[in-house]
Amino acid sequence: MNIGVLDYSIIGIYFVFVLGIGYALKKQMVHSEDFFLSGRSIPSWITGLAFISANLGAIEVMGMAANGAEYGIMTTHFYWVGAIPAMVFLAVFMMPFYYSSRIRSVPEYLKLRFNEPTRAFNAVSFAVMTVLMSGINMYAMALVFKLLLNWSMTASILVSAAVVLAYTILGGLTSSIYNEVLQFFLVLFGLLPLPLIALANIGGWDTMMQKLPPGFGHMWAQTATANNPMGVDWIGIVSGLGFVLSFGYWCTDFLVIQRAFAAKNLNAAQRTPLIAAFPKVFFPAITILPGMLALLVIPELGSNTTNYSYNMTMPLLLSKYYPTGMLGIGLTAMMASFMSGMAGNITAFNTVWTYDIYQSYIAPNKSDDHYLWIGRAATAIGIIVSVLTAYLVMGFPSIMDYMQMIFSFFNAPLFATFLLGMFWKRATPWAAFWGLVCGTFAAIIHWYITYAGYHSYPSVMAGNFWRSTYAWLVCFVITVVLSFFTKQKPLEELKGLVWGLTDPAIVEVLPWYKKPKILAAIVLVATIALNIVFW
Amino acid sequence: MLDLRLPIGWLFIIFGTMLVIFGYANPVVTPVGESSINLNITWGSVMGLFGLIMCLLTKTNKDSTG
Repeated sequence: MNIGVLDYSIIGIYFVFVLGIGYALKKQMVHSEDFFLSGRSIPSWITGLAFISANLGAIEVMGMAANGAEYGIMTTHFYWVGAIPAMVFLAVFMMPFYYSSRIRSVPEYLKLRFNEPTRAFNAVSFAVMTVLMSGINMYAMALVFKLLLNWSMTASILVSAAVVLAYTILGGLTSSIYNEVLQFFLVLFGLLPLPLIALANIGGWDTMMQKLPPGFGHMWAQTATANNPMGVDWIGIVSGLGFVLSFGYWCTDFLVIQRAFAAKNLNAAQRTPLIAAFPKVFFPAITILPGMLALLVIPELGSNTTNYSYNMTMPLLLSKYYPTGMLGIGLTAMMASFMSGMAGNITAFNTVWTYDIYQSYIAPNKSDDHYLWIGRAATAIGIIVSVLTAYLVMGFPSIMDYMQMIFSFFNAPLFATFLLGMFWKRATPWAAFWGLVCGTFAAIIHWYITYAGYHSYPSVMAGNFWRSTYAWLVCFVITVVLSFFTKQKPLEELKGLVWGLTDPAIVEVLPWYKKPKILAAIVLVATIALNIVFW
Repeated sequence: MLDLRLPIGWLFIIFGTMLVIFGYANPVVTPVGESSINLNITWGSVMGLFGLIMCLLTKTNKDSTG
């Protein structure tokens, strides 16, 4: 590929801006809350775009394009079934508990609602999950830079790690959030021309559909059985992805929820996932559609060679259509997406480590300066561990499989704990703890049974969806059953944490476009309409 | 607190200007359907315009609390 001086200059200028934002925010990082929660002062348009951007990492840009090429429009299930409904649920029903209880992290909610052991289990498993996930972005970046710039994997990993380390250690969560918004616009402008050019060259939408394999043009039409490109029937999609994995991720993963915690008030916090949902509805146009087009314009795509694997769909399209100049923008967009994904994980990791593990169990009652320092140190350690996990990801054939496997272990059972915790006051502390532990282990056992070949599914994706469903069910059933045999928390201690035990909220007079329920209704109607159009 | 629209605006103005200048100096065309475009000039102008709007928003609306 022809990478020019201009392309390198664009990447260099981007680095200067990213680090400049971190430096400009450094002097505002006085207290630990400034570093970990942005002093709860960020406008909702910024937290909303950061919410979507923290999730706009390698999986979304590389993984969804790869899935678009493999499964066609069925991949939109990850958006219109597997994301939007859960984001709306988080905003309307769960955010009031999260934000109003003034907790600093998701595990802290579990401490208030249940007990210390439940919090500790979740904090440790979440810390492990974030560094495992962060490695995906480093690995993806290294893969792209090896192919396009001929950099070594190690050099690419170290450069990306150094830049993210610098700006998150300087400006904490605010720096991460600000850069995520910048990265959001870069990804949008860097990738939008690709589907437009490719679609025009193919001859338009109808011609593309005629040329694609059968089944690539529908979301639901062929899901009565598992005989479809994804190998999953509608029950698996609705229960595994649409309910467990989706709600587990969007409603309990501190990586995204932390962005809403930085909002300046409850209403802004509720709007955060909703503002994110609007661009998310249309993201398949810049992630999945390029993958479908790539299948037609890059005949070698999907062959067994590394350079033409499905994961390389997006970089291959960039090199096919972008001249020097735009290529630099496209590469910067990909780099931006990987860095935002990595920084999102790292800022969530340093907060959970500092508040939920270090301050709670290792060194309580230290000064605020001490925890601020520990947060910065945790940022550095988190990134170093992420570098190591990047090499772990290399051992997996698909980054999407790796990610879904991790989510099925940690997020799927956790959603059952949260659902019961927030909406059923009878759920008891020890029932929640054992439910969560058993759910997590059920996922691990299920994974082993599939891995060892005792049971198989039509596709790895189907295995992931069903594992999540089982993990959720185990956690849910055990928590419910044990709740009838263990001691409930006094109702006074559950005020503000459980549905039905909250004080009536003070009704704020807002224009219609700022009302969470109206925004939620609009985005849901748009999502339902897209499900029908692409049925 | 730093108004985020300013760095976003300036970055896009710089990138847009670079693309437009390079597009004129090296007129490479990309086929789009039955016609073709100089992608650097076209998309560079769009990016520059977006950057300009972001910068202007900081002047017209001092409060970015949205």
